[in-house]
Formats: sequence, structure tokens, C-alpha cells
Amino acid sequence: MSTQTQELTNPELAEVEVHGLTRASFMVRGALAAGAVYGMSAVTPFVSQALAAGGGGDAEILNFALTLEYLESAFYNEKGKTVGLSGQAKTYATDFGAQEAEHVKALTAAIKSLGGTPVAKPTFVFPVSNQSSFLALASTLENTGVGAYNGAAPKISSKEVLAEAGSIVQIEARHAAAINLLINKSPTPNGGFDKPLTEAQVLAAVKPLIKE
Amino acid sequence: MPVDSATENEVPPQPMGIVEQLVRDDSDRKRFLKMAGSAGAASFGAFVLAACGSSSSSSSSSSTAAAPAATTASSSANTNDIGILNYALTLEYLETEFYAKVIAAKLFSGSVGSLIKTFGAQEATHVAALTAAIKQLGGTPVAKVEGKFPITTAAATADLAYTVENLGASAYLGQAPLIQSKTVLAAALAIHTVEARHASTIGTLVKKSVTPDGGFAKPADMSEVLAAVKPFLA
Repeated sequence: MSTQTQELTNPELAEVEVHGLTRASFMVRGALAAGAVYGMSAVTPFVSQALAAGGGGDAEILNFALTLEYLESAFYNEKGKTVGLSGQAKTYATDFGAQEAEHVKALTAAIKSLGGTPVAKPTFVFPVSNQSSFLALASTLENTGVGAYNGAAPKISSKEVLAEAGSIVQIEARHAAAINLLINKSPTPNGGFDKPLTEAQVLAAVKPLIKE
Repeated sequence: MPVDSATENEVPPQPMGIVEQLVRDDSDRKRFLKMAGSAGAASFGAFVLAACGSSSSSSSSSSTAAAPAATTASSSANTNDIGILNYALTLEYLETEFYAKVIAAKLFSGSVGSLIKTFGAQEATHVAALTAAIKQLGGTPVAKVEGKFPITTAAATADLAYTVENLGASAYLGQAPLIQSKTVLAAALAIHTVEARHASTIGTLVKKSVTPDGGFAKPADMSEVLAAVKPFLA
């Protein structure tokens, strides 16, 4: 750990590989693992320190969002193509998957423009075997995405970054409602006010899907 | 990237009461909308300055030094946010009244009918929450606005609902970066995504896209929104 701590202080080492991962990706995976054990209060400074040299708070928040978008994009664009979808489910997976891929691209560019280092795409595992379990997990991911953005947005410093996050979360909400309707769930599961989620709550929801 | 470069600019404090005037006084509203048209792509902040004939909030201007000096940072932030909340309240009043009229017209039954009732009830909770938030900030909530909606067939009404909800979502999105208080921002975001859920749901009912803007929702500024709702103001 001591050599890593040294590396953290040097922004030029941002792309250094740690056991086959970029360091930024390693940080997020470390955070995901440690979050479950120690709670996010222990983890957040760890991630902040890792990214502070290259963009500060907003880059950290966007990297968190990027991890979720990677997750959603892989779910629709990879799992969605192999699980055997048909009808409206297939249409949504295709359309929403393309939009999640656009989010990945936009967040990656935004993190770079802030001087940060985008996290690498993690490897995911999706425990779904048919259309029904696919749509159930899609609902969880989309609704978690809404809560994640709504929880993180007030912490964003830059008005431009906030505008972009708002533009994305509205799409997540639209996806969430459409998927919920398809599986006979309420399109407004939180009633009139969507509940913001903390990082810890989001990590708890998505951690089982990230392959260690 | 759907980011209005104007939102990067510092937003001057919005004079309290401008939204109330716009809504209550027809000649003011017409003047506002006329100016909104001529303002074109100018930011909302620039527009408010034009509408009020006030100068920049910069303290370097000697002619306006007295006014900024009398205003503390927190109270101007409050004034700004109260203006935005009153604007949102105006839109929520219209949405609430729209749903009330749709429900009264008994155009929808079954699962669609119950969705419409749910959405109408949620708009009413937005009205209550915004009213409370404005009072909490020391502001005066605008009076209820009367709307007029062409409610004819179920199909036409559902199309109108799609327009109304998409407009509401883009209106909240346009204001979010202008909000100063983190608490007010969190509240606006919690409402914003519910408007988006409504818009998406109604999109499925009318067989229109649930994401009409593609992967990035487009914000609408106050002048665009007020121009769009003008036909629905009684």
C-alpha cells in the first residue's frame, strides 16, 4: 500500500496499471469492496485522494456515475443480446442500451475535460437467465440510477456538470418508468418525489454485479 | 452536449415577485413574453436584467452600489431560489388543474384512468411542497393560476398530457443549475425525475417515444416555457 500512496500524489501516474487495471479503476473497485466492510465514510476520502490531483470533487462524482453507466450499458448491450429478449423488451434494451453507451461516452469526455482520469470499465456479472429476470434487474438498475444521480447532484460544484447530470438523470427516470410499466410495477415507485440515494446505498445495490 | 453555455455565467439575484406579476397581470405577462421573444437565446439571467431595467450585480458600478450593499449573499440566494420555486409552482398549479379537468371529463378508465389519477395527485403534492418551501425561505407563494385546456377526445387529451409533462420536465431541468441552495436543488431534482416518469409513462400510452430528446434531455429556459404555456393560461 505504501507504494500506491506514493503514486497517488503523482498525477502523471494516473494511467499506471495495478494488476491489469488502471489505477483509477482499481480505486473504484477498492472503494466498492471496502464500502461494504467499512461504510462509505472510510472509503470516500480514499477515492477523493485518488482523484483530487486530476479534477477534484466533480470528477470523483462523475467517475461514480461512469461506473453505473458502464454497468447499465453492459447490461443492455451485452447481456440484452444473449438472454433472448423479444417484443417491447427487446426494443427498450436496444434503445436504452444505445443511450447508456452515449452516457458512458459523455461522462468519459466530461471527466477528461475536468482534468480527471475516467475509470476503466469493470467486469460485470448479471444473474439473469430470461426476459422476466432481465426486466426485473433492468428496473432495479434504472431506479437505482435515478436515486444515485439525484443523491449526488447537489454535491456537484460546476453548473455545467450539474446541467449534464440533470440531462442524464431525466433519461434514467424515463427508462425506469417505461421498464416498470412493462412489468406491471408503478412508474413512480417513490410517489411524487424521487428518493435520493447515498453512495453507500447505491454501492450496496450494484456491488453483487461487479466481478471482483 | 445539451449544456447551455449561458448557465456558466453568474446568475444575478432574481427580483422577488416577478413571477407573480407575470402570472397575475396580463399586460406584464405579454410584455414579458414579447421581450422573451426578442431576447432570443439570451440567458434567463440576462433576460431578468433586461426586464427589470437593473444593472449588473457587480459592485464595481457606482450607480448601483447601494442596492447590492443592502443585500446579503444569503438573502439574494434566497430571492433567486424563491423566484425559481414560484415559477415551478405556477407550472405545478397548471398541471394539477389539467389533471383535475381530465379526471372530471371521465375520458379514461381502468389502468390508464388510475395512472392519470395518481399523476394528478402527485402534481398536487408538488404544489403543496413548493408552497411550503417558498414560505420556509421567507417568500410569498404565487396565487393559484387558472388554466384553460382544450379537453376533447381521449387521444387528443393524452397527446396534450404528453406535451405538458415533457414541458414540465424540461422546465425543471432548465432551472436546476440556477438554483443556489443545495436543499432547494435536491427538492427540485426529486420532482424533476417524477415529471420525467410521468412523461415517459404517457409516451407509452400515446405510442410516442419515451425519450423524445434521445439520450440527453434538453432543458428549457423560463422564456421558452412561458411561451409554451401561454395558450393554457386562462
